Amino acid sequence: MHPAILGLVTIAIGVGGCVGYFYLSNMVLDHVIFPARGPNAGKNINRANQIRPWLFLFPALFALCLYLAYPVVETLRLSLTDRDADGAFVGLANYTQMMSEAKFWEAMRNNMLWLIVVPALSTAFGLLAAQLTDRIRWGNLAKSLIFMPMAISFVGAAVIWKLVYDARPAGTDQIGILNAVYIWMTGAEPQTWLTLPFWNSFFLMAVLVWIQTGFAMVILSAALRGIPEETVEAAIVDGAGPMQIFFKIKVPQIKSTIMVVWTTITLVVLKVFDIVFAMTNGQWETQVLANYMYDKLFRSNDWGVGSAAAMVIMLLVLPILIWNVRNARQEMR
Amino acid sequence: MENIAGHKSSLSWVVNISVVLLVALWMLPTVGLLVSSFRTADQISTSGWWRALAPSEQNIKIRANGPDTQVQQGDLFVIEGQLFDETGAEISVWGISSRAIDAFAAGETAELKNGARLTVQADGAYRIEHNEEITGKRGQRIFVTATTPPEFTFDNYDLLLFQGDNTDSMGRAFISTLTVTIPATIIPIVVAAFAAYALAWMDFPGRALLIAFIVGLLVVPLQLALIPLLKLHLSIGIGKGYLGAWLAHTGFGLPLAIYLLRNYMVGLPRDIIENARVDGATEFQIFVKIILPLSFPALASFAIFQFLWTWNDLLVAKVFLIDSTGQTTVMTNRIVELLGTRGGNWEILATAAFVSIAVPLAVFFAMQKYLVRGLLAGSVK
Repeated sequence: MHPAILGLVTIAIGVGGCVGYFYLSNMVLDHVIFPARGPNAGKNINRANQIRPWLFLFPALFALCLYLAYPVVETLRLSLTDRDADGAFVGLANYTQMMSEAKFWEAMRNNMLWLIVVPALSTAFGLLAAQLTDRIRWGNLAKSLIFMPMAISFVGAAVIWKLVYDARPAGTDQIGILNAVYIWMTGAEPQTWLTLPFWNSFFLMAVLVWIQTGFAMVILSAALRGIPEETVEAAIVDGAGPMQIFFKIKVPQIKSTIMVVWTTITLVVLKVFDIVFAMTNGQWETQVLANYMYDKLFRSNDWGVGSAAAMVIMLLVLPILIWNVRNARQEMR
Repeated sequence: MENIAGHKSSLSWVVNISVVLLVALWMLPTVGLLVSSFRTADQISTSGWWRALAPSEQNIKIRANGPDTQVQQGDLFVIEGQLFDETGAEISVWGISSRAIDAFAAGETAELKNGARLTVQADGAYRIEHNEEITGKRGQRIFVTATTPPEFTFDNYDLLLFQGDNTDSMGRAFISTLTVTIPATIIPIVVAAFAAYALAWMDFPGRALLIAFIVGLLVVPLQLALIPLLKLHLSIGIGKGYLGAWLAHTGFGLPLAIYLLRNYMVGLPRDIIENARVDGATEFQIFVKIILPLSFPALASFAIFQFLWTWNDLLVAKVFLIDSTGQTTVMTNRIVELLGTRGGNWEILATAAFVSIAVPLAVFFAMQKYLVRGLLAGSVK
């Protein structure tokens, strides 16, 4: 069968199946198990209403548990076993093996750099863009254009930036704009930016900053608009300059939003895989955890160490997870 | 609000220029790739894309027509022709040997080894004259340095999209991506909408705990799910394929879907729902007839997120979809492969990337409003 037809059939089965499930299960509940008639009508309605939420929730909960909750436990288990030894329990052997690999520490070091640089720069640029575009007439158009990279895949972005970083031998016309500008400004030899140890990681980070700035800008712009005007007016009356207004009046009032933006981008950074995979594949000391994990899982087929690396990512995500859950619970009260 | 202090005009041009610079900086990389996708391989490799609108100078090697086309004019044997198919190019210098490609200026005459005389004009017209019949099989080589006017072509798109047997083809990958994306966008919406309604408007013990559970799952890296789920899919017979990819995308998309939809549904007016309950509507009816239509903005927000995410995804496709035959490869994976095999062929890469970027960009510009709304609902509260 042609995959496109298969897709249509799947939509029909998936959507029809879901709607059918909800409709039928409700009908069975209302008419067969606890019919709203006879001597126990009132009691039956109450009972049915106690069960109904779970009917509505069941498919979602089932999928969530199977696709997200179970894998966390299973990955933890896999990280403590050895696939070659028929899944025997090996304690922390995978972790110690991972810790002894230079590539792992390179990935850790790079990830830490990513964790500092990308959220900081994206938030800073986003804040700058939000503040500037809010004050001009064509601000919405400017916002759209800065926001646009958000729609581009990491792989597409990798191609786009590889062209920017392209290097041709000295003496010929450069086709990568970075080298063209670099030679025009300094007159030096062209550089192969992606193989330049240490700095090449920053050239990869630039790609993610480019993508995430739009996100930061959109959120922060909404927050900036939510600032009560009186506070700004009062500051102006007191003789504050634009810089003071921005840093002493506006930024403190949107601190919590800045935190949300920062943590959201942090999560993206922790999972960053496509950019590194497509641009350098971790060569020239640009390895990051997610790509290291992919390497272990699917190239070396070492599920134990791969799972251990995945657990390291989970461990780094954990503080944000706890923070989010606590915030959500506070709001519910 | 800046007007009241009266310093608007003094600052506004600084702001305008800064924004122009910022936007230019952000657009530049994408524009570069877009322009490159409309240029030929020669153009891309000889000059930067920012020169695309200016005439470019190229060194080209062309063969004149062969001796079989010679005609006799009086005592002379003559071969005549035009070096360029299209007009507009202008030759500055030319040569007849690869060691001296700039030996002659346009309009000058060179003596060839066999005694013939070759004249090349600036517009590409040439004439070879000889007193005797010209022998040999192949035409004379001519090296020209020519300035060609800017030129754009759709050939790259034609090559990648419509020439199906071509090894670089993106056509099948495009269909494949579409096949993954659409069910993976629609199914989680349906599943999540019911759950979100239950979490927003039904009272039952453990509701708060469930919401916290979903908020927690929101940030679980999908990297953790790869091996356990692949093992699961292989053991229950789904294997690698569309079904596995749809299920995986559905599972990974659900937390955000439920979270966004629940936050939106909670904000719907209580009166409407309670009136409907009093009037005897069942929960199912309330959901289908009242909640779903009212939640359209939130549904659209999530649909865009999920669409962009599944369309742009590489990891899930690599792990759950693409088997060893490569029949179901998606565009992102195709591009990564091209980066490996055609690393220097920018016309192929640029075009492939743009084929895959075009659809999300269109969706982005058409539905930006909902995307922004969804982002705000998802992260600021």
